[in-house]
Parts: sequence; C-alpha cells; structure tokens
Amino acid sequence: MCWIPISAKEKKEMLSSIGVESFAELISSIPPQIRIKRPLDLPTPLSEVEISAHMRELSEENQDLGHNISFLGGGSYDHWVPAAVSSIIERNEYYTAYTPYQAEVSQGTLQTIYEYQSLICELTGMDVANASMYDGASATAEAALMSYSITGRDTILASDGLNPAYYQVLMTYVQGLGLRVRRIPLSAGRTDWNRLEEMLDEGVASVIIQNPNFLGAVEDLGQIGELVHKVGALLVMVVDPISLGLLKPPGKYGADIAVGEGQALGNPTSFGGPYLGFFTCRREFLRRMPGRLVGATTDSQGRRGYVLTLQTREQHIRREKATSNICTNQALNALAATVYLTLLGREGMRDLALICLQKSHYAQERIAEIDGFKSVYSSPFFKEFVVNPPFSSERIIESLAQKGIFVGPDLGRFGMGNGFLVATTEKRSKEEIDILIEGLEERVRGH
Amino acid sequence: MTEKLIFELSGEGKRGYTLPKSDLPTQFPEELLPPEVLREYPPELPEVSEVEVVRHFVNLSGLNYHIDKGLYPLGSCTMKYNPKIGERLAILPGFSDLHPYQPECTVQGALKLMYNLEGMLCQITGMDRITLQPAAGAQGELIGLLMIRAYHTKRGNPREKVIIPDSAHGTNPASTYLAGYQAVEVRSNSQGLVDLDELKKLVDEDVSALMLTNPNTLGLFESQIMEIADIVHQAGALLYMDGANMNALLGITRPGDMGFDLVHLNLHKTFSTPHGGGGPGSGPVGVKEELVEFLPLPTIEKGEDGYKFNYDRSHSIGKVQGFYGNFGVMVKAYIYLRMLGAQGLRKVSEGAITNANYLMKNLKDLYYLPYDRFCQHEFVLSGSRQKAKGVRTLDIAKRLLDYGFHPPTVYFPLIVPEALMIEPTETEPKEALDGFIAAMRRIAQESEENPDLVRSAPHTTPVSRLDERKATKDLDVRWKG
Repeated sequence: MCWIPISAKEKKEMLSSIGVESFAELISSIPPQIRIKRPLDLPTPLSEVEISAHMRELSEENQDLGHNISFLGGGSYDHWVPAAVSSIIERNEYYTAYTPYQAEVSQGTLQTIYEYQSLICELTGMDVANASMYDGASATAEAALMSYSITGRDTILASDGLNPAYYQVLMTYVQGLGLRVRRIPLSAGRTDWNRLEEMLDEGVASVIIQNPNFLGAVEDLGQIGELVHKVGALLVMVVDPISLGLLKPPGKYGADIAVGEGQALGNPTSFGGPYLGFFTCRREFLRRMPGRLVGATTDSQGRRGYVLTLQTREQHIRREKATSNICTNQALNALAATVYLTLLGREGMRDLALICLQKSHYAQERIAEIDGFKSVYSSPFFKEFVVNPPFSSERIIESLAQKGIFVGPDLGRFGMGNGFLVATTEKRSKEEIDILIEGLEERVRGH
Repeated sequence: MTEKLIFELSGEGKRGYTLPKSDLPTQFPEELLPPEVLREYPPELPEVSEVEVVRHFVNLSGLNYHIDKGLYPLGSCTMKYNPKIGERLAILPGFSDLHPYQPECTVQGALKLMYNLEGMLCQITGMDRITLQPAAGAQGELIGLLMIRAYHTKRGNPREKVIIPDSAHGTNPASTYLAGYQAVEVRSNSQGLVDLDELKKLVDEDVSALMLTNPNTLGLFESQIMEIADIVHQAGALLYMDGANMNALLGITRPGDMGFDLVHLNLHKTFSTPHGGGGPGSGPVGVKEELVEFLPLPTIEKGEDGYKFNYDRSHSIGKVQGFYGNFGVMVKAYIYLRMLGAQGLRKVSEGAITNANYLMKNLKDLYYLPYDRFCQHEFVLSGSRQKAKGVRTLDIAKRLLDYGFHPPTVYFPLIVPEALMIEPTETEPKEALDGFIAAMRRIAQESEENPDLVRSAPHTTPVSRLDERKATKDLDVRWKG
C-alpha cells in the first residue's frame, strides 16, 4: 500500500529496535476473544485507475446543476464560485493543516480566520464574529443555547419564517437541556407582530427571526430590537449573507446575535455540505460566544501575529462548563468565504445582490402572469419567492426536472401546504427564466 | 515575516471578480424594495484586484505547517497523509455540484455512495446502522448522547448521569452537559486504565451511559473492556465509544464486538479526509440494533426502485444538520476505503501501532514515560524531568518547530503532568520518524546544557513566540478601519 511508506525490511528493523519478534506482541493487551477472526467483509481494493472510473460512473448517476437549470433554494444556492476561490482552497498549505494550535507555524490559517471574522462583521454590522460553525442550522441552535446561558431563561420564540430544517435542528439541540420553543405564526407570509407582542414576556430568552424568511419575504422589522429588549430578551437574526449587499444588516436592527448559512459565499452546493455557519454577536457577549476565536497580538520581537484566543471558554479547558461542545470550525469553508468576499469587495457584493433581486422580480412577475398562478404574498422579497400552482407542486417539480429545470424545495415536504420555492442567483439568465416560464405554461396547458 | 491584512491592500474602485452583465432592464433597489429595508451604505469590504487577492492568500499559505510538509504527531488527532486522488475525484461536478433538494431520482449516485459508505463503516465497527450526518466528532457525541437519552426515556426514565474517565477528551463532558446529563468522573488506576472497583461504585440506576475512549488517550487498550461492558449493561446503562482512536483498531477488533452500543468515528482522522485547518470534518455515529429507531432524520434506505431518504421514523431524535451532513467529506472517506480494502485497513493500524512503539522505545530513556508498556497508536510522555531543569513542555514543543517538526499534543491528557501526547500515524516514512527522534533527543540535551535556547524557542519560524496573554487582554478580534 503506497500510503504506508515503511518497507518490509524497515519494519523488521523497527520491530527489532522495539524489542519484539513480531507485531502480534504489540497488541497482546487486546483479549483474544474480541479479536477479528477473519478479514473484514469489504469490497476488493481498487487502484487509482479503477477508483477514478468507478467514481466517474457513480458521479454520472447524478444530474449535476451544470447540466440543468437550477432555481433551487431553501438554504443552499447555486451561486458562481470564482476560480480564484477554488485555486486557493485547493492549496495543500491550507487544506492539509490541522487546527492552528501552534500559532508560530500557523499564521496563514490564523490570519485568514482573523480576516474572515472581520469581513463577516462588516457584512452583518455586528461587533464580533467567531471562526465559523458547522452550518446555518447548528449556528441557529447554538445561538438559542447562548441566549439561554446569558439570560437564564428557558423559552425561545422562533418565527415560523425560520427555515423549517433549522427549526428541526433547534428542536434536537434543545431537547437535552429541556428548553421550550414556541412558534410565532406568520401573517401574509411574514412574522405576525401582534402575536409576537402577545408572546413576549420575561420568561423569553430570545426571539429568532430569519430575514429574508424561508418563504423569501423581507420581514418588516421596524423597531424589532427595542420590542424584544423591552422584556430583557435577546434578538437572534438569521440572515442570507448575499442579501446583505443591499439589505439593512442585523446590527442595524439591534440584533444581539446574528447567524446564517455561509455556503453562498464561494462554496459549492455539494449535496448539502460541507458548508459553514457564520456566528456573530454584540461585543458584551463575546465571552459567552461558542466556537473558535482568533485574536491579534505581537510576538517576542513586537511583530504582529495571530493566535487562538479566549480558549478558556472552550471544552478542552472548561470541560462540562464550556460555552459549547464545539471544538472545530469549518476552516476551509470559511477560507472560501474569505476569498470570496475579498474578490467581490464593497461594490461587488452590492451589485451581486442587485442582480439576484432583479432576476427574482422578473421571474416572479412572469410566473404571476400564467393562468392560475397567482402571487401569494405581496410582501417584498429578495432572491427567492413562493409559487402556488393551481395543481400539485410535486407533479410540477417532477415534470420540470425531466426537462432539466430544478425548482423547489416543495413546501409540502415541510407540511407548509401546496407550493414551492423559486430562487434566482446571478447565474440565471433571462433566457433560462423564460425556459422556466415555458415549462410552467406547458404544464398548465397539459393539465 | 508578516503579511499585511487584506484590508490594508484595499484601493477604491478595484475589483477581483467580474459579475455577469444584467440582461434585464436596469432597475434600482429602491424600485423593488421599500427604502426602510435597504442598507444605507455598502458593507466596508476591501477593494482588491484578483492578482492581489491570490498573492495575498498564497503568501499567507506559506506561513503554515501542514501534513504535506512533514510529520504532524498530534496525539488523538491522527494527522495522516491525505491521498491526492481523493481531492481530485471529490470535486467531480456529479458530486460537488448537486443541490440537497434535487429530486431523489436525480441523485441516485450520491445516495448509493452514502448507503455503501454506511455499510462499510458498519462492517469496520461491528455496528448495525450508522448516521453519517454529524459534522464533527463533538457533534457525533451530542447526537449519541441524545440517542441514549431517547433510549432511556422510552424505557420510562432518561436517568441523570454519564460516567467519563479522567483521561477523556474535553468534548465528552461538554457534550454530556448539552445532552442534559451530569458528568461523573471515574479515576484511572495505576495502570492508566479504568479502575474497575471505582467504576462499580459509581454505576447505579441513575447512570445512563459510560463514555469510553479505547484505546484510551494514553494510547493503552482497555483490556478489561468485556468486564466494563458487563458492569455497565447490568445496570441497564449503555456503553458509548469515543472513536477518536479508531486508527489503532482497524481490522484488529471492533467496538461492536467489545460490547459498545454506540460509537462515533472521525472521518477526518481515521479515514484520511484532510483537516482543512480545523474543518470540515465528519463524525458519523454507529449504533446497535436497540438504538436504530432513534437515529437522526433522515436515514438512507435501499428500495426496489432505488435509494431514498426515510423521514418516516417516529422515535428519531430529529434532524441534526440543515441537510445530510458533510457529503464532500464522505466522498473522500469512501474513496479511501474502496482503495484500501480489508487487508489495507489492517495494515493501517499495524503501521500506526508499530510507528508509535518505535518512537516510544527510542525516547523513553530521555523523557519520562509514566505508563511503560507497549502502546497502541499513540503514547504519552511527560516533560517532568526537563521541567526540573526549568524547561516546560511548551518550550519543548516550540523548540521542535525549529527542527522542522510539528509538536505533539501538549498538556493532554490531564492526568499526566507536562504531557506530550505523540501519534505518528502509519503514513510516516522511517526517515521522518528517525528525524523526529533525533530532534527530541537533541532538545533533551539542550534542556540540560542550554535551557535558555529552548525556553526562548522558536527561533526560525515566521514569527517568534506569540503573546497569548496580550491577545486575551486586548481581545482584538477584528480589523477596524
């Protein structure tokens, strides 16, 4: 096996240096009755040539987005990944390094994380960001746990506009600690303010609002921060980083914690992962924030350098008293996000958001013109919206897929009634949107 | 040598990427959205050209140590070489360019890969089913503990405590707390193993599980594992294995055959997917039959008309990931396993154990070895002799950097003072092992003859020793223009 670089001769020398005749002596502490008696039942090993053919074949049993037109959304988006992003994250200096525990030989990773934290703060208008979490869903759950730890209160209010998958992950995360999650209903596709006001009391740890929400609507947030803070609760916002090129950032709404899915920032859709969850908060909560954090300092000669900091919050020191059990970040995905935000820059993020906005409005207007397709909500939206077909969503999604057009997810999948989501990124041309319209029209005629 | 921050390279009006031109009539944001939801000014991101961006990140990359450069003997981290073919094949568009909500009939290859990876991992661990969803070992622990909670709850009482050895990884107690349990510590005996008498005293009807790492963090196999399993099971509790050290067991023995009811694996350790500077990882959790009904949503099933996700499982603990886990990482682990096969896997563990014993044998005369027996894939030395000369373990670690090696894990496990936890893995050539031995021996000598040289190390790295206290005091965690 070419990944085990010790020759038979060397192995013999080493065993002799150790002072044993055979390898078996080294594992004599393993009781014989639990040893494997015959080889594991695994497929025959493949060479590089064979595995390449096998993987190509397996990959071709999938229909990738490049050969189809994707309007899929629901938390993962088909944005373009610039070549320079791929080129950087494919460098072995980054992808084969471990967590930067030895700062003196990890300045590359550490400085990029410091830059990542800074870029995410600029984008969200928040004070501080950690080095990233697993994904948007777990970042949301961690935000809820953090609000419990700060306030000591055990009720979380989550808007029904929160991505239902995030809601489900939140429910998984809170079951151990026994926190209560109450759902704030929607009214006309947006969080119902009256109901929120009724539900808010001094037992509430935090209010979780997604903007734009799962149905694509831009929430009417006005004085949300003041409202939530009045009862001493924290405002947790879940945001789409691409939308922040145009939309008012969570920091401006008085959010205490803002999180989100960072996939759209230079990471491929990759069948749902690996992605990264970004996590930010107000400075006063810095010590309560879960996850890794990089800080600037100086070396013994006074030169600028970076280290992992506030590790006293982390589980290898605090053990059961840690702020969270998380001990990795999604460093490579966060690096992709860093390079992405840097390439696009100040104006680029704004222009990108505007293109997504225009395309989605063009698509939505055209769809609303089709017989029987009324637009459901009149609320403003960003790059994603709900389509309510006059017949089964499931069927439409299937028949469009056969034509190489992907839409969805199906809202029925989450028990949210008949309808599906359509999302437009900068990759979708007017021509492709017109193909979607034709596909829908054909379906109406055929029905 | 230091590199400017990307913000310091910013110049107004520069761009690193060209967006597609809009093929729609120009509209302003104000025409499509109410003014009160718009931001007043764009985010203050740097404005840099593509070449500047690329040079910046390439220059920074040069400041990193990484496994492609040399030995990385971090104990319990299993820093092994990552085969290049995995990187090349994982980015095939048929894997990387799939959306999680595509119709199932368009992702049959991906589902098949996940289904077969689960099957291979079941075979390796002796478990009945495995969820691939957890993004890391720590998330796997939490998921495992929540399944333990669900199992006991279904039997009428979730119970209150989880027993954890004093040598355990810090994530174990942290995950225990999150799962709503109280962590109770069981002491190690003079052999460095779980003290059975202590364990018997601690195990009662309130205990939901024992979390055990085997081989433990001292690199020693818990040879009384069958007795431990009996004690735990007799009280109706479950036995959970932290699989961080699975690299010692491949093809030799299986958690399922030792009496474990659950195990989490780290694909980024044992199964060779790259660490990425701290992630992405993947921490699948395997369970025995009696826990299958609690596995997270969804599972993947093979039916007559292909593979599909199964969400219809009423006792499941629920969803743990926005989608299905770190698929891109799974692809690489799948490739690794398909290329190694059963014989290759066994050789991995044989190599890892041989390399560790070889290093241990050639260092234990100069460094104190508190548990002097054959080790498995890793071993723990103590820098206590050197400390007596005024050289701390941290100094030894920093001095190793000058010799071109990444240091071992230091100050862990907590039960060994001045710990140096060394795990070379099977992918190191003998020359690298000998080089490491020579450097460690040289440092032992320097600690005697010239301790200041060691104490002031490193001397040859891009920056010298960094002031961690200042970082904690200043808390400068972002650039401010």
